[in-house]
Amino acid sequence: MDFSFLSQPAFSGGGTYLDWVISGIKWTLLVSILAWIIAFTIGSVLGVLRTTRVAWLRTPATAYVELFRNVPLLVQMFIWYFVVPEILPKALGTWMKQGMPMPEFWSAVLALGFYTASRVAEQVRSGIQSIPAGQTQAALATGLTMPQVYRHLLLPMGYRIVIPPLTSEFLTIFKNSSVALTIGVLEMTAQARTISEYTFRTFEIFSLATVVYVLITLAVTVLMEFVERHVRVPGYIGTGK
Amino acid sequence: MSMIEFKNISKWYGSFQVLKDCSTHIDKGEVVVVCGPSGSGKSTLIKCVNGLEPFQQGELIVNGQSVGDKTTNLPQLRAKIGMVFQHFELFPHMNVTANLNLAQVKVLGRSVDEATAKSQMLLNRVGMIDHAHKFPGQLSGGQQQRIAIARGLAMDPVAMLFDEPTSALDPEMINEVLDVMVELAQEGMTMMCVTHEMGFARKVAHRVIFMDKGEIVEDAPKADFFGTPRSERAQQFLSKILHH
Amino acid sequence: MFTGFDVDVIQRALPYLWQGMLFSLGLTLLAMVGGIILGTVLALMRLSSYKVLTLPAGGYVNLLRSTPLILVIFWFYFLVPIAVKQITGNPYASGIGPFYSALIAFTLFEAAYYCEIIRAGIQSVPSGQVNAAYALGLNYWQAMIRVVLPQAFRNMVPILLTQGIILFQDTSLVYVVGLTDFMGAASKVAQRDGRLVEMYLFAALVYFIFCYFASYFVKHLHTRITPPR
Repeated sequence: MDFSFLSQPAFSGGGTYLDWVISGIKWTLLVSILAWIIAFTIGSVLGVLRTTRVAWLRTPATAYVELFRNVPLLVQMFIWYFVVPEILPKALGTWMKQGMPMPEFWSAVLALGFYTASRVAEQVRSGIQSIPAGQTQAALATGLTMPQVYRHLLLPMGYRIVIPPLTSEFLTIFKNSSVALTIGVLEMTAQARTISEYTFRTFEIFSLATVVYVLITLAVTVLMEFVERHVRVPGYIGTGK
Repeated sequence: MSMIEFKNISKWYGSFQVLKDCSTHIDKGEVVVVCGPSGSGKSTLIKCVNGLEPFQQGELIVNGQSVGDKTTNLPQLRAKIGMVFQHFELFPHMNVTANLNLAQVKVLGRSVDEATAKSQMLLNRVGMIDHAHKFPGQLSGGQQQRIAIARGLAMDPVAMLFDEPTSALDPEMINEVLDVMVELAQEGMTMMCVTHEMGFARKVAHRVIFMDKGEIVEDAPKADFFGTPRSERAQQFLSKILHH
Repeated sequence: MFTGFDVDVIQRALPYLWQGMLFSLGLTLLAMVGGIILGTVLALMRLSSYKVLTLPAGGYVNLLRSTPLILVIFWFYFLVPIAVKQITGNPYASGIGPFYSALIAFTLFEAAYYCEIIRAGIQSVPSGQVNAAYALGLNYWQAMIRVVLPQAFRNMVPILLTQGIILFQDTSLVYVVGLTDFMGAASKVAQRDGRLVEMYLFAALVYFIFCYFASYFVKHLHTRITPPR
């Protein structure tokens, strides 16, 4: 393997190919982290709504989850980028196409965020529902109201239970961010392909890209293990009795 | 005066009737034991008292308030009725003191200091003061159940409900929980206990209710229930559990 | 500017889209079968007690699971022709065609995910079952094939099928190497006729209906085949 091409001046842009790699990493991280903020926020709300007994709160949340998880991410990317500006009111659509800075970036963030929200919602729902019903009854029996039961029991316990599956969703979002290359976001995978086309150093640059994703996975895993250790409940093993 | 009064309570799960026209009462300071085979509806009956199980027919008056009435503030009513569950149901992510403090602070509006003082007093009373900072997962079943009783008492309840408090415990831990309950009964607490512990019933109960298939089959003073004639179903039940 | 929804454009493209759909379904089914077979081998390797088996299998699974599918597709597009030239010894060999490159990429990628599902499935069979099989005199392979794997697969059928639905959605990513799967076909018509709104919404609708009912079927199956314990 010969990585000397990384220090060569790149085909365009004035920097070296290493600069292209670094820029790719930057966009991968930016798309993923912003999308995760959307996914975690909306997914948590939807997941909680799906556990309530109130049908008019539960049904729209269920519909959202079914809609967003049954359409491939690539198709959703295309819809946010190509379709949404066309079907919005004319002024807003025109602004999205011409006035909005970095339209492909924001489309990718929204697509990935709203898509992942449906998966986060399912994890949060199943976490809350895995808490035995007796716990809720005991909390209600002390006089707490249902919102208080969520605040002090179901959410703190539910989030602890779903840390492992949420970690895996968080890892998936970094990998899925590569789909953004289909609408022109120059993230890591896109840069790897472009550099391979200019330098023919395909093996080296693909290896480098793979290593970058492996390192991101390791970093996230270590971070989440730290979070898990930090919130671990002494003596608590599982919800099974 | 009745603290808890059941008037012709009926409840269905779909088309299956779990409670059939149940009527009884528990007076202030009275200890009533409810027994019967599994699936007889006794747990369902006790959970009607604080509205954890809704019912479709009849009226249930607790501390002067109608449980089934839509205008009754259930959280307020529940705050005055302590309840102890079969599986303890301490909150696993909170330490023992936090378990006792939660409803005192959030429902009764006590300050954290006030609540903690009360909690320590009660933990001392159930012999668990040394474990105040442990988490439920670090304690034995008997210890958890004593804490659960203290959690109920921390709300200064007018009555306590016990739903099979010893059936999930290893045999050697049953007595430490029963001792706390006996002491409570002797102090004059109003208690409704679903339990198979007939020794406990003999010792402190005023009345015993026997249920089968959703019906109250027998409702008699302790002496009558354990003494002279009673229904065949109750006799069969008693001979079964006493021979175990 | 978007003016009115043109249903005609979809209707005219239907035969072409159908060809694409057949490609997607074919790729999904073949990659599923290959992925489950290879995934089972990997799972047995990961669960064995020999480091020479657990380490490479574990490394392979963790590597593939850390890498985006698109990058894996690019990898195989690059590697498969080289491998073909190596194997045939002919430096001018033209490769094996894009479909097979994609099939190999998806099979090897999905095998890593199937491996973890199957490993969990095998571990969910109580160890008493293995002990009972050994106690009857069965050897490792007999115990695995006759006792453990049948129970494990029965428990896993819904999860394996759900992974198949995810795989079906993932096949849309062959778009990145220009193959004409269902999404590729829709996208080509969209670009050619300039009807992006119609074609992409129609594609979303088709995927939604297909995946929604497939998931519904899996859920139904799950409640029916869950064995009594």
